[in-house]
Amino acid sequence: MKKLPISQHILEIVSDAGEGAQKAGSIFAQTTAKMGNYLWTVELIPSEIQPPPHTTRSSSGIRIRFGSEPITNGGNLTNLIFVFNEMSLLARLEAHALAEEVIVFIDNQWASDPNPDIVRQYQQILAELSQRGADIYELALSQEVEPFTEDPQKGKNMFVLGVLGFLYQRDIDLLQACAAKAFSHKSAQVLASNRALIQAGYAWGQGQLDFCFSIPLLPHAAPMVTLNGNQALAYGAIAAGFELCSMYPITPASSVAHTLANIFEEFGGMVHQAEDEIAAIGVALGANYAGKPAFTVTSGPGMALKTEFMGLAVITETPLVVVDVQRGGPSTGLPTKIEQGDLLSSLFATPGDAPKVVLAASSIADCFHLMKTARTLAEELRILVILLSDSNLATGMQLFERPAISAISSSPPHAAEMESLPYHWDKLTGVPPRLIPGVSQKVGMTSSLNHSEAGLVRYDSLANEAAHQMRSHKLATLRKCLKPPAVLGEEEGDLLLIGWGSTKGAIAEAVQIARGNGLKVSHLHLVFLNPLPPRLKEIGAGFKKIVVVELNYQDVPGDPYTKDAPRLSQLALLLRSHTLLPIESFARVWGRAFMPQEILTQIEQEILALEAS
Amino acid sequence: MKTLHVDQFTAGYCPEEAGFTLERYAGEQPRWCKGCGDYAILVALEKLLALKKIPSNQVVCVSGIGCSSRFPYYLKTFGFHGIHGRALPISTGVKLANPKLTVVTVMGDGDCFSIGLGHWMHAVRYNPNLLVLVLDNEIYGLTKQQTSPTTPLGTKTKTTPKGPYIPPLNPLKLIMGATGVSFVAQTATWMPGHVSATLAKGMEHSGLSFIRILQRCPIFSPQAFGQGGKEREGFCFLTHEQGILLEDNLQNMAESLPHDPRDFSAAQALVQQTEDAEKGFTPLGLIFQALNRPSYEEVRFRSISHPSPEEKAELLLDKLKPFEI
Repeated sequence: MKKLPISQHILEIVSDAGEGAQKAGSIFAQTTAKMGNYLWTVELIPSEIQPPPHTTRSSSGIRIRFGSEPITNGGNLTNLIFVFNEMSLLARLEAHALAEEVIVFIDNQWASDPNPDIVRQYQQILAELSQRGADIYELALSQEVEPFTEDPQKGKNMFVLGVLGFLYQRDIDLLQACAAKAFSHKSAQVLASNRALIQAGYAWGQGQLDFCFSIPLLPHAAPMVTLNGNQALAYGAIAAGFELCSMYPITPASSVAHTLANIFEEFGGMVHQAEDEIAAIGVALGANYAGKPAFTVTSGPGMALKTEFMGLAVITETPLVVVDVQRGGPSTGLPTKIEQGDLLSSLFATPGDAPKVVLAASSIADCFHLMKTARTLAEELRILVILLSDSNLATGMQLFERPAISAISSSPPHAAEMESLPYHWDKLTGVPPRLIPGVSQKVGMTSSLNHSEAGLVRYDSLANEAAHQMRSHKLATLRKCLKPPAVLGEEEGDLLLIGWGSTKGAIAEAVQIARGNGLKVSHLHLVFLNPLPPRLKEIGAGFKKIVVVELNYQDVPGDPYTKDAPRLSQLALLLRSHTLLPIESFARVWGRAFMPQEILTQIEQEILALEAS
Repeated sequence: MKTLHVDQFTAGYCPEEAGFTLERYAGEQPRWCKGCGDYAILVALEKLLALKKIPSNQVVCVSGIGCSSRFPYYLKTFGFHGIHGRALPISTGVKLANPKLTVVTVMGDGDCFSIGLGHWMHAVRYNPNLLVLVLDNEIYGLTKQQTSPTTPLGTKTKTTPKGPYIPPLNPLKLIMGATGVSFVAQTATWMPGHVSATLAKGMEHSGLSFIRILQRCPIFSPQAFGQGGKEREGFCFLTHEQGILLEDNLQNMAESLPHDPRDFSAAQALVQQTEDAEKGFTPLGLIFQALNRPSYEEVRFRSISHPSPEEKAELLLDKLKPFEI
C-alpha cells in the first residue's frame, strides 16, 4: 500500500441528477473540515430537477478543493473524479475541468450495457481520457451496492463516499457520524443501509486499491463553522437583527429563505413568500418604513423586476437591504451558474439618479458579516443597500471562524424629537432623521414625488436639485468613512489586478505565485463598489498597467470585428470613469469561476507584453 | 449649524396638544379638481378617525399612483405615497412590522384592477387588517383619459377613441371568487352618508376590508355610473341589520334589496347579477363579510417567539453548533 503525500487535492463526484453526488460530497466535505482540513466546494448543478439521464446535460455533482492550508478559491484542474457514468465524465472533460493525469473512478456497468451504442461511447470516452494521461479505475459500482439496497440508484453515492473515505484516509467513524446526521430525517432502515454501504465502500478501497493519499491535518486554532453562502446570508441576517425576509422563489437565491423558514420564528422573525418579486420588495420596504428590519433576496431576473421599488426606496429614503445572489444573465441566462453580471445594473438600473450602496461578498464569511454591515448602513444613512453574492458562493461550502455574538438588536434608530421633519436633511451629510409610524410622536409624509424637507410635493427646480444633492451627499458621507483598499503586494509595479466578489481568492493565489516567480504584480480587491473607496486613482497610478479580472462580458480580445471599439467589462467601465486611467480587463462568461492558473497565465502574458513594449 | 427650513404646510403634529377634532386629521389643502368625489371620501375618513379617536401617529395612509393616490398628503397622519399598483404590498409590510397601526390603503381603478391586480388578489388571500379603498371612476384621470379595466363599452377614451374593444372587468365578481375574501362593500361618492357608514363598517372589520367607491371624474368621466344614479345603472341599497345602515335621506335615492352579508352564497349570487350591464344592477352596501377569519399578521405573529437580544444571540450560537467543526 502506497501512501501518497499531498498538501491539497481537488476532488469531483459527478452523477446523474438525483443520484446524490452532492449529498455524498457535502458529507465528505464536512468530515474533511472536522478533521482539520480547509475546503472550498462548488456545486455543479443542472437547471432541471431530473433531466433525461445518462447525458452530458444531466450530470450533477460537486467539486471539493481541500487541503492543509487555508483555501480561498476553487483551484485549478481536478485531480480525482468519481463518476457514475461515462457521460458525466465527458461533460467534465468538455468543460475543461480535468487535469491530464486525473485519476478517474467509474462505474463499469456501461461496458456491458445491452445497448451497443452505450458500450461504444463508454469505451471511446475512456480511451480518450487514457490517451490524455488519465489513470482509470473501473469498478462494478452497481453490483457492489446490490447487496445493501433495493434501489441501487439511491445507494451508489454512499458506497462512493466509503471509497473516498479510504482513498483520503478519512476517519471512518466521523464519516459515518456525518452521514448519519445528514440523513437524520430518514428511516432507521435507510440509515442502516447507508452505514453498510459506506463500510463496504471503505472495505472495497482497502481490498482493491494499492494506494491512498495522506494529507496533513492541522487542528484549527479558533472554533470554526462550515456553511454555504446562502446559509451564511441567512444566519448573518439573524445576527444582523433582521426580522423579516420577504422573497419570491428564484434560483440560486431561494435557499436563503429555506434556511430562515426553519428557524426564523424562534428569533421573532418571519419569511414572507410574496406573490411576485415586486411584492417581495414592496413588503420589505413597507416593513422597514414601519420599523421592522427587513430584507429581500433575489437574483438577476428578480432584480430587474424590483427596479421600480428600488427607486422608491431611494427617493423615500427608506432603509432597505436587497441581496442579489447573481447568476448568469441576461434574462433567464444560466440560472445555476456563476456570473458577476449585475454590477452595473445594481448601480444604474434605477431610472433617474438613484444613489445607493453596493457591496459584494468575496467569501462565505463575508456573506455572514456583510448582512450586518448592510443593515447598519441602510438604517444609519436611510439608504438602499444592495449586497451582491453569486451562485458559487450560494452553494459552496467554506470554513470561517465562528462569529462571536453577545446580543442581537432589532430596534432601528429613529428620531424622537418633536421638531423633526421626515426629510430634515443634515446639510453636510445629507442624512435626514427617521420618523417611524406608531413610534414617533410626530407624523410625516413619505413621498415618491420629489419633496421638501416636510415630505410634501415640490416640483420646483431648486427643491428638486436640493433633494438630489442631499441624497448624493449620503454616498459622499460613506465614502469619506471608507478606508483605502489594502493592496496585496507592493503599491507600485508593472501590473495591478483589480477584482471584486468571489474571484478574490483565485486572483490572490495567482498573484502570490507570480510574485514568487519575481513578477511585479499586485492585487487590489473591492468590497464597496458604490461608493468606491478613496485612493484608487493614486494606487492605480503606481502601475504600468491595470487589469480588472471579473466574471462578466467583454468583447473578446483580438476579435477583428469589435477591435475598433471593444466593449469593456463592467468594473473596468466603472473604474475608467472613476479614475480616468486606461484600465483594461480580463473578463469571461464561462459560467464557472476562474482558475488561479488561468489568471496566472494572463498575468504572464500581460507582463511579457509590457516588457515587449 | 443646521438651518431649518419649514414649509408652508408642515406635516408635523403633536397628538397631545389637540382633541380629536376633524381639523386634527386635515393635512395639505387638496389639489383635486372642482367637483371631484375624492373630497367627500377625504372628509368621511377624517370624520371617522376623529370619531374613533385614533391618534394620528397610529394611522398610516398608503397609496399608489393616480389622482386618488394623493390622499395621504391631505391627511395629517403618517402617509406613504408609493408607486403605481403597489400600495398593497407596502401596506402588508407595514402591518407585518406593526399590527397595531391603523392602515388605510387608497387606490384608483387602474391602480388596483390593472397594474396592481396581482397584488390585489393575493392581498385578499393574505387578508391583512387593512381598510382598502378603491376609488373607481372608470377612467384614468391623472394620465388624462385612457381606458381603465372598468371603462364600460361605448365610453370613448384617448386610447380607445371608439370605446373599449372588450367588456370591462367586474371587480366584485373577481373578489368574490378569491380565496380568503373577508369584507366586500360598495358605495358611491354622491351619497356621502353612505360612504361614511361604509368606511366605519370597514374599519371595524378585522381583515382586509375592500370598499369599492364609485365616483365620477368631473373632467374625464362625468357620465360614469349614469347621470343621476338610478337610470342606467340600477343602483340598489343592500339592507340588512348586519349591513350598512341607511340614513333616512338616502332611502329614496335608490331601490332597496334585503341581503344578508354573512351569507357567502347569497353574496356570490348577488355579484353574479352585476355582470349584465344591460340589466343594470349596482348594489350599494355590504356585500359580504366573514367574521373570525384571522388576519395575515395575526396568523404570522401567533407563531413567532419574542426572545431578548441576549437570548437571540445565545440561540443563534446554538443553531450554529451543528455547523461547528
